[in-house]
Amino acid sequence: MAIPLLSQVVNVLAAFLLLLAFAMLSQRRVLTLIKLLAWQGAALAASTAIVAWSTGQSHLYVSVGLTVLLKVLLIPWLLHQLIDRLFIRWDVETLINIPTTMLIGIGLVIFAFALATPISQMATTLTRSTLGIALASVLLSFLMMIVRRKAVPQVIGFLAMENGLFFAATSATYGMPLVVELGVALDVLVGTFIFGIFFFHIREQFDSLDIRHMEKLKED
Amino acid sequence: MEIVLVLGLLLAGALLLALAGHRSWAPELNATMSFATFFATTLLTARVIAVGPMVWGDPSVPTPSNMVLAALAGMLKEQFFVDPFNVFLVALTAFVGFTTALFSRPYMRIEQHHGRVNATRLRLYHSMYQLFSFMMLLCLLSNNVGILWVAMEGATLTTVLLVSLYRTPASLEAAWKYFILCSVGIAQALFGTILLYFAAEKVLGPGGTSLLWTHLHEVRGQLEPTVLSLAFVFLLVGFGTKVGLVPLHNWLPDAHAEGPTPISAVLSGLLLNVALYAVVRSKVLVDGALGHNFSGGLMMGFGLLSVVVAAFFLSRQRDIKRMFAYSSVEHMGIMTFAFGMGGPVAAFAGLLHMTVHSLTKSAIFFTVGHASQKTGTQNMADIRGLVEQSPAIGWGLVIGSLAILGMPPFGVFTSEFMVLTTAMHEHPWATPFLLVALGVAFAAIFGKVQPMVFGETPLADAARRLPRGPTLVPVFVHLGIVLMLGLYIPPYLVAWYRQAAALIG
Repeated sequence: MAIPLLSQVVNVLAAFLLLLAFAMLSQRRVLTLIKLLAWQGAALAASTAIVAWSTGQSHLYVSVGLTVLLKVLLIPWLLHQLIDRLFIRWDVETLINIPTTMLIGIGLVIFAFALATPISQMATTLTRSTLGIALASVLLSFLMMIVRRKAVPQVIGFLAMENGLFFAATSATYGMPLVVELGVALDVLVGTFIFGIFFFHIREQFDSLDIRHMEKLKED
Repeated sequence: MEIVLVLGLLLAGALLLALAGHRSWAPELNATMSFATFFATTLLTARVIAVGPMVWGDPSVPTPSNMVLAALAGMLKEQFFVDPFNVFLVALTAFVGFTTALFSRPYMRIEQHHGRVNATRLRLYHSMYQLFSFMMLLCLLSNNVGILWVAMEGATLTTVLLVSLYRTPASLEAAWKYFILCSVGIAQALFGTILLYFAAEKVLGPGGTSLLWTHLHEVRGQLEPTVLSLAFVFLLVGFGTKVGLVPLHNWLPDAHAEGPTPISAVLSGLLLNVALYAVVRSKVLVDGALGHNFSGGLMMGFGLLSVVVAAFFLSRQRDIKRMFAYSSVEHMGIMTFAFGMGGPVAAFAGLLHMTVHSLTKSAIFFTVGHASQKTGTQNMADIRGLVEQSPAIGWGLVIGSLAILGMPPFGVFTSEFMVLTTAMHEHPWATPFLLVALGVAFAAIFGKVQPMVFGETPLADAARRLPRGPTLVPVFVHLGIVLMLGLYIPPYLVAWYRQAAALIG
């Protein structure tokens, strides 16, 4: 009986992850977005830990540690420092209004489930039903990157997408080989640093982090 | 052993230049490290010619006696490999990396003289140049599909700050676009890799070995077809963004036009090739699993679309680097189309085209870089009479453009001819599109290059002199090799192309 219970817990966490993805889509304040990102990381770490414990895949603990360290603590802290230094407190403007975005989001979730169902039926892992959710949260983060006008929310969308991908890896396969996970984590960290450097450069040049200023390079 | 030498030299170069990249002799150090790497790859190539393909940690490679080395070798066991498909790309990458470093030596000094970069940014530039070469060679040599992804993302990360090196609004915009689009694209490829691992794990069992390409290749017939076809869609979209396939090409012209010219040369000549290499590696696995040519159809579609769209965009360009960036999209389209058709001839042509395009396009960017330094603009309408101001630059640009447009007797003609004849044979419907696109591209590029080179020199510009002479040796060396490949391909190169074509066809 222990295993079905744990798989229930993982399902609850997966649902939480999806809920957070929707929350990010509808959230206008940057500070809250960063908090949501940290929560998403925490949900990811918790579900990975449960999978690790119930299946005895010890390398997954490393991945849990990395997730907590990077996605719950370090990256949100970095982003926090960044917006403090850049004095960003503004509300986020979106390209499409939020209710419409949510409706598109629901459509994406249905699409993701349709795509993932044949694959999850083949999976033997205890978390197989969550693959659809993982794909849905990747697509929702994608949507968030498209509809946001400012640089910081776009980056948060990118990091949320990375979370969704990690969740896909644990739910479909019990995690990628360790070397690969380490490499991916390193890329994400370096990427966040470069984004940070970029924010300063962009602000220096344009006095704003609005992407609208960066639409000069177009075909005429 | 040579593999470690190649990768180790580049890492050492990145580290050294991170410390000393701002000194006055840093460009020479950069060129020396690139040359050392090139030398190491020739050793590797010689070894492959002598003993054939190899996987790191084969019984043929002796285990080191030292304890630490032995442990390290155990960890890296089977993580690297060399086969006919990647060996020539490795040599090509190291060679163009070296010649571009030679070109960058006077070029970046002139830029510094013009005040567009300072010593601190040159340090970043030199160090990242080495690290970028490292990432590309890691992509090519890695046997692990996961590490291939990591290195590909690493290649984006190392070049993004180079695209924005001048810190102008336009270059920041280009770099931001490059960063966001390529990161999102490559995230799709990660999902594809996860699906691939998911399918492989069922056959090979969990653990590190199920992402090793050599193992995957052996069991490719047993991999789950539905999963692999979905995985390929994600991999193609992901790596295809980096290849610059239409409609995912938006970052490419901006990044090429706004970054420093040596970076445009390596992006166009090398990075796009490496990304296409990743796509083709994935295609081999998917074809094996599916048994029919699902991936080929997708690649042909994307390839043909890229060729046609890019050809029609060529004539609308005003910026010279932008125009040649679109020409790269067109040529990557031709290669993708060729690999999509499959079969020994088309795959051979695709491999040859990878080689000649990389050499020709980087040579063109070298001349374009100096031409725009000489005239102080990248706007084609303002560049006139190059042949009077500097005959070497002018003739280099004309010959390079003729070569890239597929004029005989250059190598590009050979490969494009093979692609066209195979297309006529197997997919006649595609031939008119290809022919029209090639014709339009010819008219667009030649119509713009001709006045730039032979047009009347405006009097005001005639006096402009560069603070130091440009290095044009790499241009003519590249074009010489392309000419040679059009007339005569060395037998061992033919053998590699054939074996590689058999592997991927």
